[in-house]
Amino acid sequence: MIQLLTPAALTAGLASGDTDQILHAAEGISAYGWLLVALPMLGAAVLLLGGRRTNSWGPLFAVAMSSGAFVVALGILVQMLGYDDASRRRMVHLFSWVPAGQFQLDAGLQLDQLSLSFVLLVTFVGSLIHVYSLGYMEHDPDKRRFFGYLNLFVAAMLLLVLADSYLLLYVGWEGVGLASYLLIGFWNHNPAYATAANKAFVANRVGDFGLGLAIMLMFATFGRVDFAGVAGGVSGASQGVLTAMGLFLLLGACGKSAQFPLQSWLGDAMAGPTPVSALIHAATMVTAGVYLVVRSHWIFEAAPTAQLAVVIVGAITLLFGAIVGCAKDDIKKALAASTMSQIGYMMLAAGLGPVGAVFAIFHLLTHGFFKAGMFLGAGSVMHGMDDQVDMRGFGALNTAMKTTWVTFGLGWLAILGIPPFSGFWSKDKIIEAAFVGEGWRPWVFGFVTMIGAGITAFYMSRLFFMTFHGRKRWPKKAHPHESPSLMTVPMIILSVGSGLLGMALTWLGFAGWLAPVVGEHEEGHPVLAPLTITLLTLAIVLFGVWLAWSRYAARSVPRTAPEGSLLTRAARQDLYQDAVNEGAFMRPGIHVMRALVFTDNQGVDGAARGLAALIGGASSRLRRIQNGYARSYAMTMLIGVVAILGAVWVMQ
Amino acid sequence: MFPWLSVLAAIPLFGAIVVLLLPNRPTVPSKQVALGFSLLTLVVAVAAATRFDTTALTQFQLVERHTWIPQLGATYALGVDGMALALILMSVILTPVCLLAAWHDVPDEQPQRQQNYLALILVLETFMIGVFAATDVLLFYVIFEAMLIPVYFLIGSFGTGARRQYAATKFLLFSLLGGLVMLVAVIGVYFQGPGGADGFLLDKLTGLTMDPTTEHLLFLGFFFAFAVKAPMFPVHTWLPDAASEATPATATLLVGVLDKVGTFGMIRFCLQMFPNASQWATPVIIVLAVVSVLYGAFVAIGQRDMMRLVAYTSVSHFGFIVLGIFALTTTAGSGSVLYMINHGFSTAALFLVVGMLIRRRGSKDIDAYGGWQRVTPVLAGVFLVSGLSALALPGLGSFLSEFLVLAGTFQRYQVAAAVATAGIILAALYVLWMYKRTMTGARPEDVEGVGPSSGILDLSLREKLVVAPLIAAFLVLGFYPKPTLDAINPAVKATLSHVGVSDPAPTAPVAGEGSTK
Repeated sequence: MIQLLTPAALTAGLASGDTDQILHAAEGISAYGWLLVALPMLGAAVLLLGGRRTNSWGPLFAVAMSSGAFVVALGILVQMLGYDDASRRRMVHLFSWVPAGQFQLDAGLQLDQLSLSFVLLVTFVGSLIHVYSLGYMEHDPDKRRFFGYLNLFVAAMLLLVLADSYLLLYVGWEGVGLASYLLIGFWNHNPAYATAANKAFVANRVGDFGLGLAIMLMFATFGRVDFAGVAGGVSGASQGVLTAMGLFLLLGACGKSAQFPLQSWLGDAMAGPTPVSALIHAATMVTAGVYLVVRSHWIFEAAPTAQLAVVIVGAITLLFGAIVGCAKDDIKKALAASTMSQIGYMMLAAGLGPVGAVFAIFHLLTHGFFKAGMFLGAGSVMHGMDDQVDMRGFGALNTAMKTTWVTFGLGWLAILGIPPFSGFWSKDKIIEAAFVGEGWRPWVFGFVTMIGAGITAFYMSRLFFMTFHGRKRWPKKAHPHESPSLMTVPMIILSVGSGLLGMALTWLGFAGWLAPVVGEHEEGHPVLAPLTITLLTLAIVLFGVWLAWSRYAARSVPRTAPEGSLLTRAARQDLYQDAVNEGAFMRPGIHVMRALVFTDNQGVDGAARGLAALIGGASSRLRRIQNGYARSYAMTMLIGVVAILGAVWVMQ
Repeated sequence: MFPWLSVLAAIPLFGAIVVLLLPNRPTVPSKQVALGFSLLTLVVAVAAATRFDTTALTQFQLVERHTWIPQLGATYALGVDGMALALILMSVILTPVCLLAAWHDVPDEQPQRQQNYLALILVLETFMIGVFAATDVLLFYVIFEAMLIPVYFLIGSFGTGARRQYAATKFLLFSLLGGLVMLVAVIGVYFQGPGGADGFLLDKLTGLTMDPTTEHLLFLGFFFAFAVKAPMFPVHTWLPDAASEATPATATLLVGVLDKVGTFGMIRFCLQMFPNASQWATPVIIVLAVVSVLYGAFVAIGQRDMMRLVAYTSVSHFGFIVLGIFALTTTAGSGSVLYMINHGFSTAALFLVVGMLIRRRGSKDIDAYGGWQRVTPVLAGVFLVSGLSALALPGLGSFLSEFLVLAGTFQRYQVAAAVATAGIILAALYVLWMYKRTMTGARPEDVEGVGPSSGILDLSLREKLVVAPLIAAFLVLGFYPKPTLDAINPAVKATLSHVGVSDPAPTAPVAGEGSTK
């Protein structure tokens, strides 16, 4: 399926100006790109199949495999920086995978600026979280299994972003879903956690239903499902088909990235151990939907309706998550709502086309650092507070946990978008891009992102102040203490990223580096001056911080939550998402299931029994046949044989 | 030429006789002998498979042909295409696995009974090889019917449930009804052909010109029998009873192999002999297949008995297989045949692992469990992997086959494919909900301690040997299905060219596309 070009063919391709279709074979270290997936996969296999023998060294082995993948990724980065823009995309052909009739697909990896950005994020943050987990999970009896699952996740996630076809991407896509399911339910002796794991898997499957249909539609339309084939075929497909394809892809993205209307699983997913929440349900897996949309930019650019749907989904989710985040007292659930909202920003940006896609990925990277950092901080707080998550029982923890406070603070400044911290560089650009366009859209989407930034500032400051400032509201037995350095060092490294990554990537020209992959674009002009947008956003953000300060730091916070307004109560219930799902899908589904089980037992089987009785002549004879003796059976067979002979004889 | 297929079929039959002739003493290693014969069959089958040429131009290879009953037009004719070969290999892998799983089904203290049980399984293996290898319609029919005998006794005499007699009879009556209808069609098709001393040969009955009404009726005769066997909605109700009352090993062979004769027959006989009627019936069959997919899944979700639950998942999976067969595209067809293989391993894993669980707890009822991951973690792990295969997790073989079926169907019937795809959501529900109710939660109150200290043993070495080849098959077929597909593709292509259909072309093919490789 993949044409691997020789230098001669390459020149010919360049001469014809057909740069989009040129696929270069990987060479040097890139040719070993498969190691990125193989190393963590080996780690998972050794830990999960090795049994108790690997208990002592298994977790360290897992850390080594994850870090090994990071080292390989660094090597590939160095090599890629040496190529010019047009030849950075490298293909690693693996083997003939699915040669079935008309469907022909080889397994292969694609190394380009986009996939490598993800690979670096996943392996770097992933390895740090592996290290953190050595401390966090130290006393868990199933520590080995935990690290096995973490390695499994890293392998699947890398396969997802490295795959060169939608079908192989789908393998990674459900692979990370499996890892997520296993880790959410890691402590599934608690039935609620087991339910949360199932909920995540099923909600994701609804999304996968969409992704699956998109791939089938690609096959029916283009006859191919690899990225190069789909990209090459888009120009010949009809608008309607491309719109359908885009919407199916969006459904897939909504499931994986917890976007409206498939957002309900993410809050419950916080049942998993906190390092898992940091890695899978904040920094990497949940952003896969954004990756899918950006990776499929050819389809979305040719289907404006689907593109608009992406922006609308992003806008709804960013407000939805932000509103829910304001009412949560559980520190992890507040962070989860925030993740949902931030991915809404990325999704919105991805739907804006080339003008926003670069910043969607940029924000994805900075968010990966600061959100993972804050989750690890939350884990550190829980570690020091006997696994308590209710922020109403925190307060003034800055005195007891200095490192956690500072590192968390940097993450907080980053997500607020205060210059010069990371989030400012990425989120401000998204807001600016949202203001680009004609007609009503820039005004609506621009102000949604701007107001969202204000609400974000409020709920994140609320979280920060309730946890680290104000008066002590600790339970009697609590003795908060700083976490061991195995945990704090990863937090410090991530907080440096929260502080500097945005500035560093802007300075290094990340946007220009990524642009060839997501499509070139002309400089857009926002309907408001960029400086106005930045200043207005900052003003709204500062107002949000002040509001949170006045309510949650200056005033005392009650131990039990006040009843609150109608909106607060709705937000506390996640805007009734579970009630809606239950009423619209679960209950009707259960009714259908019960009706069918009843029909199957009574109706269908009854009819079949009646028919059987008729054939047997009468039900009494039926009972006689049932005596289990060979002779009655032999008699039946004999009659059969006689019938054959008789029929043949008569007909001859 | 060496008669590979006859020898292959004869080994287990010979093994059955040897097992029956062994002295009836508890110390006699009947089980080991039976297992040895099934492993020998496997070795010979692999040797035969190496003789198979995936690029050959003839439909059948390893062909044998001898005069049998010329008066009736019947010939002893054997031969395999890639589809039959793959199914035979699956059967000869599953038989030793089942024998190993059935180690304690009949206690050693009842040597006579144990030998009967083992001999029946070996006889069944002979028939399984024969039914896929037969290239004479009457020979196929005779084996198709003869297979009922060992299965009837395996369910009725050796089943574990209290209603085993009822289930065995129900199975027999459904099958006989299907078989009788087919018999009429078998005789009928003979008279449509050239007739003569070898008039039942499939070759002679392919490409006939028939009156449309006759062709439709003959097609329906065959199809009905195969739909009962498969089983499809609404003639599936014998399956849950039979599977639930039988031992796990019997259920595995019944659902994993025997039911495949139904879908195998649809391709080999319905499509090949009655191409016009197949196309005529397609719309109704597609609808029934989609109904089977969703109906089986919904009813599975509502089951309390684990064996019945697994049986209903098969109704759903057979819906996918039939859907792929009648979509009449090479992609869906290859997907369906691959699905038959994957489903064999997948359903074997589920039945056998559920059987291991039942042996420890003594109940098939899901509600009798809960928290078993604390008690037997390895068993819980393999249970989950088997379940993931049933819900077609990518990376495991069942995923690729399900995807190919759906993608190939989508080329012609978008709505049917899209509705059937919803089955993947239901599959997640029935598998994960069963796992949640049996394995997660606090450890059961009546079990002291967790893990090894609970006094309940986790998987033994024998049980690990049962599960290991199945999980290996999931992974090999998920990541490297090429050798299997290379064998299957020509068979599917040949069948579809008999039907006279070609694949729909992509609506917007990639411009400037040279080769597809």
